Amino acid sequence: MPSHDVLIIGAGLAGQRAALSAAEAGASVAIVSKVHPVRSHSVAAAGGINAALNPEDTWESHAFDTVKGSDYLGDQDAIEIMCREAPDQILYLEHLGVTFHRNETGHLGTRAFGGASAARTYYVADITGHAILHVLYEQLMKRSEQIDRYEEWFTTDLLQDEEGRCIGAIGRNLRDGALEVFNAKTTILASGGCGQLYKPTTNGLIVTGDGIAQAYRIGAKLMDMEMVQYHPTTLAGNGLLITEGARGEGAWLLNAEGDRFMEKYAPNKFELASRDVVSRAEQTEINEGRGFPDGTVALDITKVPRRRTLEALREIVNIGRDFAGVDITREPIHIRPGMHYIMGGIKTDSDGETTVSHLYAAGEVACVSVHGGNRLGANSLLDTLVFGRRSGAHAAARALQMPMPSTPASRVADTEKQIAAVMNRPQGGRRIGAIKNELGETMNEYVAVFRDEKGLNKAHEIVRRLKEEGTVAAIDDRGSVFNQDVIGAIELGYMLDVAETIVVGALERRECRGAQWRIDYPGRNDEEWLKHIDISMNGADVPLVSFSPVTITRWQPEERTY
Amino acid sequence: MPKYTLKIRRYDPQSGEAPRWDTHTVDLSPVQSVLDAILQIKDDTDGSIGIRCSCQQAICGSCGVRMNGKPGLACNTHLVEAAGRAWNSPDEEGDGKPVITVEPMGNMPVIRDLIVDMDAVHWKKIQRVTPWLINKQPVPEREYIVPHENMVDVTQPMACIQCGACVSDCLSMEVDPEFIGPAALAKAYRFVGDPRDAQHRERLNDLSEDRHGIYDCTHCFSCIDACPKGVAPMSQIMRLRRIAGSDFDIKDRNNGYNHEHAFVKNIRKNGILHEPDLLADSYGGKFHPAAGAELLSGLPTALKGLSRGKMTPRTALGHPHKAPPEVKKLFDTIDGKPQRYELNLYVSGYEDEPETEADGSTSAAEDQS
Repeated sequence: MPSHDVLIIGAGLAGQRAALSAAEAGASVAIVSKVHPVRSHSVAAAGGINAALNPEDTWESHAFDTVKGSDYLGDQDAIEIMCREAPDQILYLEHLGVTFHRNETGHLGTRAFGGASAARTYYVADITGHAILHVLYEQLMKRSEQIDRYEEWFTTDLLQDEEGRCIGAIGRNLRDGALEVFNAKTTILASGGCGQLYKPTTNGLIVTGDGIAQAYRIGAKLMDMEMVQYHPTTLAGNGLLITEGARGEGAWLLNAEGDRFMEKYAPNKFELASRDVVSRAEQTEINEGRGFPDGTVALDITKVPRRRTLEALREIVNIGRDFAGVDITREPIHIRPGMHYIMGGIKTDSDGETTVSHLYAAGEVACVSVHGGNRLGANSLLDTLVFGRRSGAHAAARALQMPMPSTPASRVADTEKQIAAVMNRPQGGRRIGAIKNELGETMNEYVAVFRDEKGLNKAHEIVRRLKEEGTVAAIDDRGSVFNQDVIGAIELGYMLDVAETIVVGALERRECRGAQWRIDYPGRNDEEWLKHIDISMNGADVPLVSFSPVTITRWQPEERTY
Repeated sequence: MPKYTLKIRRYDPQSGEAPRWDTHTVDLSPVQSVLDAILQIKDDTDGSIGIRCSCQQAICGSCGVRMNGKPGLACNTHLVEAAGRAWNSPDEEGDGKPVITVEPMGNMPVIRDLIVDMDAVHWKKIQRVTPWLINKQPVPEREYIVPHENMVDVTQPMACIQCGACVSDCLSMEVDPEFIGPAALAKAYRFVGDPRDAQHRERLNDLSEDRHGIYDCTHCFSCIDACPKGVAPMSQIMRLRRIAGSDFDIKDRNNGYNHEHAFVKNIRKNGILHEPDLLADSYGGKFHPAAGAELLSGLPTALKGLSRGKMTPRTALGHPHKAPPEVKKLFDTIDGKPQRYELNLYVSGYEDEPETEADGSTSAAEDQS
């Protein structure tokens, strides 16, 4: 039975950064991931990472932009921490070997990004997440004596002792189906978001909300789950991401009439307003008949010099060519808003502690909250690194002062039984793929850029039904070697739990703030709704709603224009 | 929408049965991907097909497979492209419909269906090349100041997504399973090309002296064809060789250094390759004892060549071909360059790039005209 000071679940940027900082603090570390770490979805982060590192820039400016971007729902103490620590994180990565692109003097180069008052986004072409993820993994290989990697192990349950403390997890080795108890003094969830709840989404197939649901099921509070970001530039059809870096480099948005419509919605920032604003503008153009027949508007990257595009936006050149048949250096490409990110997640403090003792969370799975109602582009990588590091350090410090908990090996038998029950389901249930499709289309129709009570109620009704269908969904594979069918069934359960909390949060918040745009409750309502919505499981599989205050340090809410 | 037939290689280690082929038909648009087809089959018909996949946009590197004989990512290979490849599928039904065979990648053990054991081969080789930066000292308080061009240059090997497609089709690795291989050597270049790394010489020495290192590559281009990300692993191996040989003057025990120099000398002199001289010159000239031994060991090959008419006593012993002036001019032009010109598309742009764009001042207006 593996026993470690710190157990980390998920090996994207937040998980790997947490592993390194916990190891630096002297803890023994296990990092468990259902895929090989470099397959984690952080790999798809394209545009860059924000930091006020230039001498003429200030962390206060970065923090204010983030607060404003969050539509004042972000907690300002946490945002201050993130923006103050940002420059150190960039330099840490630079020294580890991330190949950040330079300016003409050989110093770190920057590009412009949405909602920012300075060009403070550091980047590696348009593969920034990929470059950072692979470099952090190099460090995991280097430190393999202190950090044990469990690659392609699927976490099935979080474990608790009688006092409710988290004492590790149970994992299933995908290669042979063996179950193992991972004993740990502290546990950090870093398993990412839940993009697969939506169809289409920019997120990979592995992004199924596992950690959010696992924490929710053992009583952790979730926060601001209604805040789901639609990215302004995703491909029609398959929903693939076209990086915001394209607009940062100078690309324009045009409607079918050829108008640069952002002038109407954001006369100062145009295409570089915050994402919620741009996505709403696009959707308004489309809804009012000024889009293309395929329900899109156009992104014109030919405004960027071709050579610059080939050097700095090469990945989307490939995406345009392979997935849309368009040479983006020669002609505009059709795009539309698409589900991209969840600002909400497991409620944590600024050290990553959740409301369950000894359980931490960092990255997209968590809600600190630094993103509030809307995340700025290139703040997500920063979030993973700053709060990954802090969680790792804090969890390690705590772990080094306590004895190793122990879990009876017999605990595995319960999980064994649950998995056997899934595998031995009688035939005849709906197919998992069909349930996922219906869920994805439902969320994308009713819990999208514009929302109202009628649609949300409808979504809730459908999700409740799918939850029932999910428990008897059909399974084809009864083997134990790489049985992806069984994992799919378990993931479906996670997805449906998380979907319900999103719908309940969206029904609850009766105002327009950030990504939550209720057409039946126009306008932001600070008097009643400048607060977080917390959701926890009440025991009866119906989410329980409560509220908590937003921390305001120095920036009082103002009207938000770009 | 057209119908496509997929033949998928299935293998279940628990069944005790040999691998088999499953056939499925899908109705999908020609520009949908092979992965789209496999996922549809999994969703609708058979959830037990094993394939790693996630991002569906060619960045996570999970879905490396062989499609009609060629390795690549299932997610960015269009059905029409895969079906169009000349390939005799294992049991052709002869109805003329495009058949797409999907198999696991080569050179790595199969775990199940389309899933191979990358740890056993690919990742082991990556670990072989000390795959992390060894910082040049002192580490600056802020960033290292390095030329932009260097960082753009190493972006090419950095763009590797560790999918294993190049490893799958590496011919040298098929012959020598211990060959460090294309992916890991491309990764090695990523550090050798990085001015922040302190151990360029040590890395190059190591990779030159290793019997399975940079001189084990036979220059077959398979990895360049296979790579879905334009990393061009073989080009990175050749750059490692050039830096090892020309910049660091590393004379390795595998005779790679001497062989390359003999090759250049040979072409300079003859214009085309004169093989009998090459072998001797690679080992210090005809009268060097080492060359004698090599020539002797090469005798059976030479005799075979003679008997099959691949060479004649005249071509073997004489020098019937002399380098024309054009060849000398080429050498002079290359020798006259102030620095080596690297064929890195991230630096030099696409081949179709008009000359006028070299100054980086192309405007969108020109493109639209």
